[in-house]
Amino acid sequence: MKSSEILTCFQCGTCTGSCPSGRYTSLNVRRIVKDSVKKDISGEPDLWMCTTCYNCQERCPRSIKVTDAILQLRSEAVKKGRILPAHRKVCRFLIKTGHAIPIDDVHSAIRKKIGLGAPETVHKYPEALKEVKKILKSTGFDELVK
Amino acid sequence: MKELSLFLGCLIPNRYPGIEKATKLVLDRLGIKWSELKEASCCPAPGVFRSFDKITWLTVASRNLALAEEKDTDILTICNGCFSSLMDANNILKNDAVLRDEVNSHLKKIGKEYTGTVEVRHIIDFLYKDIGAHKVRNAIEKPLEVRAAVHYGCHLLKPTKDRKLGGAECPVFFDELVEATGAVSVPYEGKTSCCGAGGGVRSAMLETSLKMTEYKLERMKKAGVDCIVDACPFCHLQYDGGQVELAKAGKTYNLPVIHYSQFLGLAFGYTPEEVGLHLNAIVSPGFEEKIASIQKGNKLLE
Ligand code: SF4
Ligand code: SF4
Repeated sequence: MKSSEILTCFQCGTCTGSCPSGRYTSLNVRRIVKDSVKKDISGEPDLWMCTTCYNCQERCPRSIKVTDAILQLRSEAVKKGRILPAHRKVCRFLIKTGHAIPIDDVHSAIRKKIGLGAPETVHKYPEALKEVKKILKSTGFDELVK
Repeated sequence: MKELSLFLGCLIPNRYPGIEKATKLVLDRLGIKWSELKEASCCPAPGVFRSFDKITWLTVASRNLALAEEKDTDILTICNGCFSSLMDANNILKNDAVLRDEVNSHLKKIGKEYTGTVEVRHIIDFLYKDIGAHKVRNAIEKPLEVRAAVHYGCHLLKPTKDRKLGGAECPVFFDELVEATGAVSVPYEGKTSCCGAGGGVRSAMLETSLKMTEYKLERMKKAGVDCIVDACPFCHLQYDGGQVELAKAGKTYNLPVIHYSQFLGLAFGYTPEEVGLHLNAIVSPGFEEKIASIQKGNKLLE
């Protein structure tokens, strides 16, 4: 990944020092920035340990969009089919139900009990769900996460 | 200013419906005009979908935005994830004609169009900027005297250049709204640090995400708080469900987790059950007794 902005990184490490995930994991965002200009690192598992908290991006003295770069590296990984099983599952939920976290029987019952009907979302309107399915097909998302 | 359409998202209606109910109660109590954003879908969640495929993320978001455009209302979110996805997508599409055309080429197939005519708000930003902490304070009869650990959540604040809610290192607006209820917002170390849930980390790497949660819970507990007040159902799940998960490893905190809509509801005199606290995984009888004794003297409860 090459962008003129990333080339201004002077490896100060502010990003890594601000990273809540790096405190506990092998995620070293300073190294990711450094390596991303030299080679394809979309296969690195560490990319998926980022919570997208934006600390690194906010604090970078060179104003490098560090978190956005991680998002971009992730989408390169996805294009190569590198998708974690849990994330694939969430994608399937979206394709099937229009929600990343769909309603279940337990929570339908709870809603009723506290005086709420079915949520006024695609869950209640099948035609609206069809629309979501159609656009997910149109953008090729269903093929992407197959 | 336009009226507001309430955007529910996934986690609130489908896992924490008490937050939905409390939100509707407090909006009505404050006389804020709102209606449901019918037919909306997942925002879609920024962690997974935004990192997977930008165009899909933008297109699904733009369909939700187009629903609000059809009604000529702004969107009110009650989740930092929805706020982030919808606001960022709106900003990107308003400013990039090429992406806008691409998104509209997909929307055309379902007879919709994104035109960029509405704004996306978060309930905290809306209450602070458009209603004001003083007005919230005036609506409360008896102060909710509890010690709260306020958790802003990353995407309410950042990226700061887009959120326009001030700096992210030492924000105060949410604390002001919490203190408007009569509560004390207790300072604690690592207050603006992440709960650990975002970016798809909770779903794919639960243990890693819980380490970040533990970091937060330890420091909140040390500060001697009665409860956690959040503004996002994903942070809410991470703290509430996370405490159950951490308890399996022998770490107990017993801190009730309360979305600001629920917290404000309590300050308006609604019972813990009416705002859905009993639907949390962590239910603290001690905290509920405290609320009950505060509310006993509360005229609003008559
Ligand atoms: S904070 Fe910015 S300049 Fe410093 S190492 Fe990280 S990316 Fe490079
Ligand atoms: S956005 Fe990701 S890489 Fe950057 S500080 Fe947060 S967790 Fe670390």
